[in-house]
Amino acid sequence: MTTKNIMIVGVGGQGSVLASKLLGHLLTTQNFDVKVSEVHGMSQRGGSVVTYVKYGDKVYSPVVEKGEADFIVSFEILETARWLEYLKPDGQIVTSTQQIDPMPVLTGAMTYPENLLEKIQATGVKVDALDCLKLAEEAGSSKAVNLVLLGRLSHYFNDIKPGAWQEAIEACVPPKFLELNKKAFELGKQA
Amino acid sequence: MKQLMQGNTAAARGLYEAGCCVASSYPGTPSTEITEEAAKFNEIYCEWAPNEKVAMETAFGAALAGRRSFCGMKHVGLNVAADPLFTVSYTGINAGMVICVADDAGMHSSQNEQDSRHYARAAKLPMLEPSDSQEALEFFKKAYDISEEFDTPVIVKMCTRVAHSQSLVEIGEREEDIDVPYEKNIAKYVMMPGNAIKRHPIVEERMRKLRIYSDFSKMNRFDDGKSNKIGIITSSTCYQYVKEACGDLYPVFKIGMVWPLPDEKIKEFAKAVSRLVIVEELDPFIEEHCKSLGIECEGKNLFPVEGELNQNIIAQKLLHSKTTGKKLDEKIPPRPPVMCAGCPHRGLFYTLNKNKCTVLGDIGCYTLGAVAPLSAMDMTLCMGASVSALHGFNKALENYNGGSPADSEKIKNVVAVIGDSTFMHSGMTGLANIAYNQSKSVVIILDNSITGMTGHQQNPTTGFNIKGDPAGKINLENLCRAMGFNRVRVVDPYNLKECNDALKEELAADESSVIISRRPCALLKYVKHKPPLKVNENKCVGCKSCMRIGCPALSIKDNCQRGSRHAQVDSTLCVGCGVCEQLCKFDAFESTAKEGE
Repeated sequence: MTTKNIMIVGVGGQGSVLASKLLGHLLTTQNFDVKVSEVHGMSQRGGSVVTYVKYGDKVYSPVVEKGEADFIVSFEILETARWLEYLKPDGQIVTSTQQIDPMPVLTGAMTYPENLLEKIQATGVKVDALDCLKLAEEAGSSKAVNLVLLGRLSHYFNDIKPGAWQEAIEACVPPKFLELNKKAFELGKQA
Repeated sequence: MKQLMQGNTAAARGLYEAGCCVASSYPGTPSTEITEEAAKFNEIYCEWAPNEKVAMETAFGAALAGRRSFCGMKHVGLNVAADPLFTVSYTGINAGMVICVADDAGMHSSQNEQDSRHYARAAKLPMLEPSDSQEALEFFKKAYDISEEFDTPVIVKMCTRVAHSQSLVEIGEREEDIDVPYEKNIAKYVMMPGNAIKRHPIVEERMRKLRIYSDFSKMNRFDDGKSNKIGIITSSTCYQYVKEACGDLYPVFKIGMVWPLPDEKIKEFAKAVSRLVIVEELDPFIEEHCKSLGIECEGKNLFPVEGELNQNIIAQKLLHSKTTGKKLDEKIPPRPPVMCAGCPHRGLFYTLNKNKCTVLGDIGCYTLGAVAPLSAMDMTLCMGASVSALHGFNKALENYNGGSPADSEKIKNVVAVIGDSTFMHSGMTGLANIAYNQSKSVVIILDNSITGMTGHQQNPTTGFNIKGDPAGKINLENLCRAMGFNRVRVVDPYNLKECNDALKEELAADESSVIISRRPCALLKYVKHKPPLKVNENKCVGCKSCMRIGCPALSIKDNCQRGSRHAQVDSTLCVGCGVCEQLCKFDAFESTAKEGE
């Protein structure tokens, strides 16, 4: 199988580390060669963060470049727009509609672009957008946005059995938060 | 089954399997997790040293005592440890010693992007360069064998993408602990001129033998290609980019031992291809070496010296193809990193900005104090430079020997800011210079009781060791007083009035002082937060006073129904620190705490 590329994008602190850990675990159990790449340190402090998850028969580069992503999984709509160029022409976006103002917007130096979702859709790419924050809160915590997104993403992985997702969640989430996260995953899946 | 493992975790596994007994490091992105992960093995004694020089000397001491040892650091940390590095090359070791340096091309979390390979050549030490997690594990083990066979410390060079990428790893068992008896050997270990003169030729002879070793090492290997129109020499993460871009189209000479380079193998490879291209990040290290051997090759004429490479750049230059995606015709605001909501540094930097201070800064989360709207930093250079540069700044402008009154005006509001861990690392020596040579300086220690930026590592002031167990605790106040500072005071950075009063008083005092701004990092698990604040829209007039602290939890929103603008608190981010509340003249911030909370 040729290598598939997933990008997880968002704002530092939103929970992309758990999302990539879970995907990495899941894909490893499916006997793929897997690489997961993330950046630590300064950018994690509320900055724009990106994680790459790649899988296939043999994966070489740990990074995803412009026009290479099969999936962009995004926690925030401005970040979806920022990384759009990395999507393959026939790639799929799964995005939360949440908006988080970056500092230049908070200070009034710049404005948050309006109607971003519509503008992204207008480029002709495939977009699956949902209010993940609302669903996460419904599951019991605003921090569970990552599992809502993964639940939604699971729709596009037809050859992976639901049991494998459940097993990956159990392996990666602390027992204390397991039920909450499973619920968030289901809400995302059914949305 | 193979496990998905971060490069740094695999490196730690390599230390474990190699029978490493002592690891001493200073945290630095992207190297930190090696020692953190190694600390999970009870068989390895692990510690955070105050700085990289201390870490390397500790590792040397352990190797001298006859146990396999390790020290790890980021690229700029190796500058700090360069002093022992160059001479431990002369003494050699007793049991194996491995040094890891992790470069940060692209500067994801660093102040420069120096190429550490130059150190291997300059200090005449072997250097290995893994390209994924499996190799990280294997090369760390191999490094100990080379170290003991050739009586030399061995450097393993990581980079951000190898250190922080996860790939599949096959793990093994731990080897028996090495226990080499310590024997006194003055001629080998006491590096005074008479002895060192005799050691230098031994170092040169060692390098000659290592060159032969490199030529026969399986770490340097050929990958066949379909066309010999181009032959590629590459190493580290660049190997992965080359393979992703070119597959098996061109033959590749993958370098695992990057110093000394395998001269004869390089010549052999060069002869077999029409065009030789070197793909390497940062400096033309391999390229210049090939040219010194009289081999014609390309490299930096195609690829940039700055930043990281990737498969796309390589495909563009070697295959004349590139992938692109759709782009929005829209101005996307950047999202730079910011101080977290509730960060204790914020109140202090607000105070410095308000008092129009010239701020000589340092390395840590608080470097973000330079970002608008706080903009309260004038300089950041390297670990500890804030304190020493403040002394120099003040000495240059002190009103003596014809110094102008304008100069003495300039130094009135100059301060240094340095974190607790950075102060322990190399701020103390700068402070000793102020105490000794008597500049009138105000040093602010931002004590958030942890090493923050690298992800919460303990340090000598926190009272805990790398495993989180109780440890020695250095009292900053007593330390500063012992150096001779009479004016040492502690402030709470959540209290703006207290910060402002302290700053004004210390700047006006006629002797040097240390202000310790003390409050633990808001992200520490043991820190209890107050409930988030909310804005009373009837009181808020939208004056934006609260926006001057640059808190990510605060924004100004239009209220369409009322036709007004007012501040808004993001309750998922706010930790109730109350700094914004102190800036509001209209009492518009209210607690969301319920009765009795």
